[in-house]
Amino acid sequence: MKQILSFTLNGSPVDVVVTPTETLLDVLREKLGVTGPKRGCDDGDCGACTVLLDGEPVRSCLTIALTVNGRDVLTVEGLGVNGDLHPLQKAFHEHGAFQCGFCTPGMLMSAKALLDHNPNPSRTEIREYMSGNLCRCGSYEEVIEAIQAVAAGEYKE
Amino acid sequence: MTEYVGKAMPRYDGIGQVKGQTKFVDDFILPGMLYAKAVRSPVHKGVIHGVDFTAAARVPGVIGFVTADDIPGARLFGACGDQPVLADQYTAYKGEDIALVVAADEDACAEALEKVKLDIEEQEPVFDMFEAMKPGAPLVRPNLKSNLWEYGPDMTTRVMYLGDVEKGFAEADYIVEGRYQTGEQDHAAMEPMVSVAYFDEADRLVIHTHSQCLYFQLGQLAGIFNLPMSRIRYKGGVVGGGFGGKNHIHADHLAGLAAIKFKRPVKYRMSRREDLLYSTKRGVFILEYKTGVKKDGRLTANHIKLWHDAGAYGGFSPYGVEKCSMFASGPYHIPNTRVDGQCVLTNKAGSSSMRGFTIMNGQFPMEMQMAKIATELGMDQWELRFINAWRDGDMGVSRYVVRGAGALEAMTEAAKLAGIELPDRLLAMSSRGR
Repeated sequence: MKQILSFTLNGSPVDVVVTPTETLLDVLREKLGVTGPKRGCDDGDCGACTVLLDGEPVRSCLTIALTVNGRDVLTVEGLGVNGDLHPLQKAFHEHGAFQCGFCTPGMLMSAKALLDHNPNPSRTEIREYMSGNLCRCGSYEEVIEAIQAVAAGEYKE
Repeated sequence: MTEYVGKAMPRYDGIGQVKGQTKFVDDFILPGMLYAKAVRSPVHKGVIHGVDFTAAARVPGVIGFVTADDIPGARLFGACGDQPVLADQYTAYKGEDIALVVAADEDACAEALEKVKLDIEEQEPVFDMFEAMKPGAPLVRPNLKSNLWEYGPDMTTRVMYLGDVEKGFAEADYIVEGRYQTGEQDHAAMEPMVSVAYFDEADRLVIHTHSQCLYFQLGQLAGIFNLPMSRIRYKGGVVGGGFGGKNHIHADHLAGLAAIKFKRPVKYRMSRREDLLYSTKRGVFILEYKTGVKKDGRLTANHIKLWHDAGAYGGFSPYGVEKCSMFASGPYHIPNTRVDGQCVLTNKAGSSSMRGFTIMNGQFPMEMQMAKIATELGMDQWELRFINAWRDGDMGVSRYVVRGAGALEAMTEAAKLAGIELPDRLLAMSSRGR
């Protein structure tokens, strides 16, 4: 039983035909070609599929697509404005906050939500907030440094 | 070139990574692309009598199936060339690939997989290395003489030696024995195993791969597909984490076979669960040490017996035994050394390469052994290690002459960082001579 799902994706309205069992990750990747969010575990464990739903980080692999009807979804593709990098993107790049990069789109979205809520997080707060985003390459230290650098105002819009 | 030395350089591909533009293999989503999922063995060991796709074929969206009979070329692959591409006569581990279901989407694949009927006669498996080595143990798969890997005709022990261990033990004041084991480990790369294959405008088979070693694998794939290498465009370069797990072909052969049969783009991907259960692993190592040492701390002999669990097929495990043997005496000068290594087959998913690749599986037990020897001698561990550390000109068990030794300097630096004060007689030692 297919239905039309309408939501705002990275600032633009989107209409797409979906089934009730499809997840937001399925729709973003397989139907809309928005492949920034990654399918790492498809089970809510790894955080690679993290997107912001009305500003809150969610696992898009655990989010039934139809539940985002009328709401606002932001993925890594919508993080920068007019092609410019978001401060977090600049900081992740310059601090080398990744090796393979598979976790990076999800990490960035969690980091954005953190700083939106708490512009000056402590190291412990960063570690706790980012604990749902796994990085098998082990770039956690650089991720923390990059977030701290943005919080300290070292990177501007 | 030298202007880059000592400077942090931004990654050449870093901007694409932070923008989410980097194309990992699963990010290739092509028009008309089909999806393939593996029909897996439900038993640890058995004889395959038949596969019935009748009911599965009626599932809406199902395009067809791929079996061993569809393979245009080589039916065996892997680093040792002993693993069936698709099993059709026997199965040697639970989860082994028997066939592919190919459909318009993965939901249809999943529904069809439930309806594939397998006629498999289950047989008694063997999981433990020492059980597998007993005379009369069930064989892991047919056509084996025993469950021990053969390095040559009737050669099931890979021996490396230097000097004469019996002479070394006779010179020793103490003999210290120890047994050490390291466990199984999954690579757990963030990117699960996946491949996308299709024919391009010039009828070349394009494969998007996350391979860590394209040139280990291109030849194998050409053999399986019976295509000249010039007709395969093997496109790699973006790996979502490998750690040795992507040295082994897990997906490219299957996506390629389905693309060849159905002449459409095909994606084959493992779920995280499949990846954890059925991809290659770091295999278990068990090492038994017998070490001779003089009262003054000099090591005179080291005899190591080691066993490595390869799982059902060789993979890189026979080579792993050799590499472990070379490093299982650590960075230490021991004039009489012998390693007897055996690679054992069991009815489990294959083990293969993983990070540091079997070196630390030898170095960890050797360091445990050094700690044990120091305790027996009543000697400080640092002193024991300093006395025996390699100097230039020393020889390792595989008869290489050590050049540019640095163990002493590395240990000195490590002690400094750890705030440990070492006695002057140790600090006066140099890797440049004994």
